[in-house]
Amino acid sequence: MVALAGLALAAVVVPRVADAAPAPQVTQKPCGTVTVAAAADLSYAMNEIAANFEKATGCTVRVSTGSSGNFLSQIENGAPFDVFFSADIEYPKKLEAEGLAVPGSTYLYAVGKIVLWVRNDSRLDISKGLAALREPSIQKVAIANPQHAPYGRAAEEALRKSEVYDAVKDRFVLGENISQAAEFVESGNADAGILALSLVLSPGLKEKGRFWRIPENLYAPIQQGVVLVRASQNPQGARAFLDYIKSAATAALLERYGFVLPAKGKP
Amino acid sequence: MNWQAISLSLKLAVSVAGILLVAGLPIAYWVTFSRWRWKFLIEAVVALPLVLPPTVLGYYILVGLGPRTFAGKMWQSWFGHTLPFTFGGLLIASVLYSLPFAVQPFSAGFETVDRRLIEASWTLGASRPATFFRVILPLSAAGAITGIVLSFAHTIGEFGVVLMVGGNIPGVTRTVSIDIYDQVQAANYDAANRTALVLLLFSFLVLSVIYGTNRRAMSLWRKP
Repeated sequence: MVALAGLALAAVVVPRVADAAPAPQVTQKPCGTVTVAAAADLSYAMNEIAANFEKATGCTVRVSTGSSGNFLSQIENGAPFDVFFSADIEYPKKLEAEGLAVPGSTYLYAVGKIVLWVRNDSRLDISKGLAALREPSIQKVAIANPQHAPYGRAAEEALRKSEVYDAVKDRFVLGENISQAAEFVESGNADAGILALSLVLSPGLKEKGRFWRIPENLYAPIQQGVVLVRASQNPQGARAFLDYIKSAATAALLERYGFVLPAKGKP
Repeated sequence: MNWQAISLSLKLAVSVAGILLVAGLPIAYWVTFSRWRWKFLIEAVVALPLVLPPTVLGYYILVGLGPRTFAGKMWQSWFGHTLPFTFGGLLIASVLYSLPFAVQPFSAGFETVDRRLIEASWTLGASRPATFFRVILPLSAAGAITGIVLSFAHTIGEFGVVLMVGGNIPGVTRTVSIDIYDQVQAANYDAANRTALVLLLFSFLVLSVIYGTNRRAMSLWRKP
């Protein structure tokens, strides 16, 4: 929360500073610092991508992770990000439409998957799929907030399509983003969760629980889009980072983290 | 307008203020009048929530009292569920989080009472509870009112702890501050705007009324 408050504050303060001193853009380094806002499901993958990019180019990458909806609001209000990775491609498109992102820069970098996840000590038989959540011993089911988190919307849709929604809707606890939903289950406070495949494959969760893949015909694909922010202080660096995202090396890395890659990256 | 969230916040704030009135007065009395040499340690503990970020309290409740710890298991065996994601959990967190906002004004109020009046009451045969209710509390009413108002207001404005341990359940833990946060994240600025405005006006109104009454209460006691 403190970090979020800081971001919110930075969003208010930074543009004014920039107005007061229109620093001439003389970049000594090829790309300087790239500031990245990334959806929470990317937390782990993005750290690795950023480290690889830094090694390859000598640039510095600063990564903020959080909820896509929150970043959208912050960028609309002047947050100093160069590149925005959203879990929902509609947000980058919206920024483009509002003239706040570089026209035509939206790129579909991956498609997210959802899974049913329980901790290792859970006795729930998840091979039964989402219907397993009908079990009365399941008191709390963590999902991301469907009101603004794409993974939450997908979870809700999958539960509705498998006709389990009405049985579990009073047992929902809503994470502010998909990472918080994961934290609720990992800490044992929720009994099961519908989480991003990318998170349950991450080093933090991999050994701690087991998962069941939710069939893809139960929810609309979670199309993840990245976009260049128009007000960027470092457009060259941002562009270089975006090109790196499109590289084969990054594609392989994303695949390893459970993202399915689009055939060709045009939305 | 999410009236459910508004009424939940009011319910939480009234409960917290009520609990802190009952629990905070004895604590403040003890902190003010005790001569125990290690008293400062208790004072420091009471003041901790002023310094600690809400994330620390949230973290301890979520993980420290989670079902994987001994304390969490005890709680679960007594109440059948864990502390997070319940109104009770939110209430406990809020009481802890607002403790100094009640105890410190209460204590500051007690400090202002002339010791000679308290001792006179005792020598005239009044018991300690009678002295407290008939001498100390009336003379420090301003401090008591301030403590109640601050703990009420602080709970209405609470956000971090609720976000961490609430789980955003409508009618149970989705307070008005969380509701506004959700509206902003979903880019529903109109809804956020309306709720924020209602909250702003309401808070201003409550504080004005109570500070206004408070002044009259104080002048009442000053008149002989």
